[in-house]
Parts: sequence; C-alpha cells; structure tokens
Amino acid sequence: MSLIDVKNLKVEFETADGIVSAVNNVNFSMDEGKILAIVGESGSGKSQTVFGMTGLLDHNGSATGSVKFEGKEILNLSNQKLNQIRAEKIAMIFQDPMTSLNPYVRVSEQMTEVLIHHQGVSKSDALKQSISMLDAVRIPDASNRIRMYPHEFSGGMRQRVMIAMSLLCHPKLLIADEPTTALDVTVQAQIMKLLADLQKDFGMSIILITHDLGVVAGSSDDMLVMYGGEIMEIGKTENIYASPTHPYTQGLMSAVPRLDDSEERLVTIPGNPPNMMKAPEGCPFAPRCNYSIDKCNSESPILVKASNDDHFRACHVSKEKIL
Amino acid sequence: MINYIIKRIGIAIPTLLILIAVSFYLMHAAPGGPFTSERPLPPQVLANIEAKYGLDQPIWRQMFNYLWGVITEFDFGPSYKYHDRTVNEIIGHGFPITLKYGFWSFIVAVGVGIPLGAIAAIRKNTWIDYLAVGVSIGAQVLPNFVMAPLLIIVFTLWLDWLPGGGWNGGAWQYLVMPVIALSTSYMASIARITRSSMLEVLNTNYIRTARSKGLPTKVIFFRHVLKPSLLPVISYLGPAFVGLITGSVLIDIYFSTGGMGYFFVNAAFNRDYSVMMGITIVVGSLTILFSLIADLLYAWIDPKIRY
Repeated sequence: MSLIDVKNLKVEFETADGIVSAVNNVNFSMDEGKILAIVGESGSGKSQTVFGMTGLLDHNGSATGSVKFEGKEILNLSNQKLNQIRAEKIAMIFQDPMTSLNPYVRVSEQMTEVLIHHQGVSKSDALKQSISMLDAVRIPDASNRIRMYPHEFSGGMRQRVMIAMSLLCHPKLLIADEPTTALDVTVQAQIMKLLADLQKDFGMSIILITHDLGVVAGSSDDMLVMYGGEIMEIGKTENIYASPTHPYTQGLMSAVPRLDDSEERLVTIPGNPPNMMKAPEGCPFAPRCNYSIDKCNSESPILVKASNDDHFRACHVSKEKIL
Repeated sequence: MINYIIKRIGIAIPTLLILIAVSFYLMHAAPGGPFTSERPLPPQVLANIEAKYGLDQPIWRQMFNYLWGVITEFDFGPSYKYHDRTVNEIIGHGFPITLKYGFWSFIVAVGVGIPLGAIAAIRKNTWIDYLAVGVSIGAQVLPNFVMAPLLIIVFTLWLDWLPGGGWNGGAWQYLVMPVIALSTSYMASIARITRSSMLEVLNTNYIRTARSKGLPTKVIFFRHVLKPSLLPVISYLGPAFVGLITGSVLIDIYFSTGGMGYFFVNAAFNRDYSVMMGITIVVGSLTILFSLIADLLYAWIDPKIRY
C-alpha cells in the first residue's frame, strides 16, 4: 500500500472575475520512505496541489477528487478530523521562513503548543522535547535560543526552527513547499543536507516542492513535472534526468545554467505561463512548445507510459521525435 | 524601557511649553477680550479691571506670570467670567464628570467594537459580516449631535425609561444615553479597523503555518491572530481615548451633564482666557500621556519594537 494516493485532484478558486482552475486532474502516489519532488515554474499549481491535499487552501478555494493517506480518504475532511492528521502524520514547512513563523510569539511557545495539543504532554516536557529537536536540526545554544522571537534568528536558522517544529510529532510525511527558495545558496545546501539526514533518521517520506532542478537532482527519488496545473511528466528522477521525454521538461533542463557552457546568454523557454482564468482546451504548454502539432491545441494529452519503469509522459508527440 | 519612559516624559515638557505658548498667543490674537461686551464699559473702568487681572502687561510677561503660577502653586488662576470660581475649581468639577462618561464610552467602544470587527472578519462575506459592517457604517453616519436628540426622543419622551438630562452624581440612569451617544462612532471605527487588520492577519503565512500544525481554531485565534490584529487598533485608541474624554461638548450640551466640554466651549466664546488655557493644558497632557501608553502597549505586543 502506498503512503499517499492522489486521484483526479482538482483545485479551483472562486474569484471576482470567475473561476480559476489551479490544479487539473493530478494523479500520483508515493511509497513510504521516499522523496518525491514536484517541479514546475511559478504558478504551475505545485503549491496549490499540496494545499488542496491538506485542506489549507484559502477560503475561496475548493478541492475535488480523492486523496488517500495510509488507505484512508482525507480530502475535504472536517477541520477537526484533519487536525488529528496535521503535524501528527503530515507536517509542512513553507517557502519563506521570514513570514511563516509568527513574529509576535516566542519560538518556545510556537513549538510547545504542537506537543501540548497533539500529545497532551506537560509544558516542561514539551519544552524539553522542543529543545532537543532544535539540537537535532543543529541550532547552537538551543536551550537559550528557544526563548527568542523569530526575528532574532537568521533566515537559515528560522528555516531550521520551522523544520524542527514540523518534526516534533515524528510525522510520516513531510511536505516541504520550496524550503530553500528564500535562502541564499550556501544555506540552501545546508538545509537540503539537513532534510536528507533527518529523512533517514526519522524514516519519513518527503514531498519536496521546488523550481530548482539542482535541488531535485541531488535529493529526490521520484519527480513530477507540473505545468499549467497539470502533470507533464512523472517518473524516477534519474530516468527523467537521463532522458527527459516531455518538451517542457527538456526546456526546464536546458534552462539550467551550466558552468562549462560557453554561451553567454541563458537559455529560456519563450512565452509566458498560461492564464488560468480560461484554461486552454488542449495541452497547456502547446503555445510555448516547439514540437506542437494541431492536436495539441484541441485535445488534452493524457499520461502514458514512456518507458518500462513507471515513467509516464503527457504529450501527443512521440518520444522519438523529441529525443 | 524605563529609560525610554523617562525620555518620553522629558520630551513632554518642552512639548507642553510650546503648546502653552502657541495657544496663549493665538488666544490673545483673537479680537475682543474677556471684558468686551455689547454694551461697552467706560474706558476707565475697563482699564481698571484689566489692570486687576494683569491684562495691561506685555503678553510675554502675562504668560510668564501665568506659567509661574501653574508651576509653583499648581494654580491656573481665577476665571474671568465666573468671578467667584477659580479655574482649578471649574476643572475639578467638570473633569471627573467627563472622565466618568468618557471612560465608560471607551469601555463600550472597545468592548463592542473589537468583537464586532473580529466576528465580521472571521465570517467574511456571510450575513454576519454584512450585518456587522452595516451596523458600523450606520453608527458612523449617525454623528452624536443626531444620536443624542434621537435617544432623548425614544428613551425619554416615548418610553419614559431614562431621564433626559442632568448628572445626579453619575447615577447609571444618567450615564446610559451620554455613553451611547458618545461611543457609537468610535465603536464603529474600532470595528472597521479590527475587521480589516484581522483579514490581513488571517491571510498571512504564519496563520497558514498555525493551521498546518493542526491547532484548534480557538488556539489559532487567541494566540496567533488576535494580538497582531490589535496593533492598528491600539494606534487608533491613543488619540481616540483623548477624543472621548474631551470631545464631549455636544454631550454636555444635549444632556446637561456639566462636563469639561461645556466649559471649554463657553470659555472660548467668552474669551475666558484662564479657563481655556487650563483646559488646553489638561487635554494636552492627556494626549501626550495616552500616546505614550499606546506606544508602550504597541511595544508589548510587537517584539520587534524595543525601546
């Protein structure tokens, strides 16, 4: 049985200008102990996919489909029932550690409240456990620093606090929504290393959302490429890196700047992401795709097997033509 | 913190002196004087009276004498209009009255305004929200000079529940209508400020974090949402509290409560220099005091502000 199983997930937002469909028919599943990377550019629906799964959409958003966690349906459960899963089974860390910790509440209080609420431990026990968790994410002088406010920590340290807070209840699944985007490069590497270490120590699974392909290559088992709210390609990370079979994945790969490249200009994918107000009828990537054929503009491609080992792609153009 | 408070009080003294100097000159710059009337006094008599009160001296000397009295003896001088009363007596009589109904108005404005705004924000775009917004807009478009006579018509003339005016030592029947009339528009402003700031807080990333931690709604609200939402309300409350305590002229007129607002306006009409100055100093000091309290409250909530 897979840890999480997502079927036909759709996320829509009701806005003053009409309905925006941010996520369209997303299907994937992941096994315990794995790291799954969700990749895509800004606005491709990667964050809204996980917010939809965990019931954290803004009030004007709604999710349909099915999300099974350990075999049980969790999509659109009541807040009360979701609260028994959140932090205990599924924990989250977010993109911007500057704003995702409450600036008006001490770190100690933000951490201990998780344990006090979920495990009913005493305040002093909760504090002890929180301090040892801060030690585990390598925050020096944790027993003193825990009494501070978030603004007294640097960006990288704040993300460590955030990670420590999310792991307090030893969740089965950690969802990391662009955990390194707001940090500078050296700190990014430290945080990714920390996450990889903790994943082994705690034996948990991680869904890693990112638009940094370097991060994906180094850390994930599987990857899922999203564009315009739909899955373009999904498979083992090494396979996709070895031979990307979707024009969008290829575009992303070639847009990664290389040190050994003599070209002065960075490679880009021409055009802009689609306007999700009026989702295109066919493939969302078609207007920007070099390989697009007539069918691409009228019919949405479905995920089909690209090779033997669980590698799927959603593209009308045959793999051979793209490679 | 203590250093900061001492520094603020240190700044308050020159501020008050400037306030006194400017008001003193402005007051004397206005045409007429306390003893001008429709039937002019004989020039000799007028000169004698003005000499008695020291009004014949150059203005800087008048101001110096006045300040000397205030500082050394806490004596705000005699009233020029009510010959048997001193300014200290007038303020001593009017201020406690104003303070009492001002204080209760403040309690009502905050006690109703904050919950109303909070409920509207939490139940955004539901009938509860529309009702709360409607009530606060309604309360704001009814200024207290409309509110006061309406209250008297309903509760005194029609229902005969409450006395139409007077003070009677501040018995509750005499407090109800002044407090309602004075507090409604402040209550409405507080509700609207609370609503908009809470909506902003509810959309922040740290509230999403709190939700992702699986905390009960109550904990999220009281620990994570409420404090930051109140910051803009607190910056409004400082000046609002002074307004409630001093901006009560119409209340004093409609309900004959006999508070300071009544004396202030009368003093301005009568050129009763000493009463005007006395009340100006009291209001000025209060304004400085309450903006200091608001700033301290602000620092208490927001850890990023440390003095």
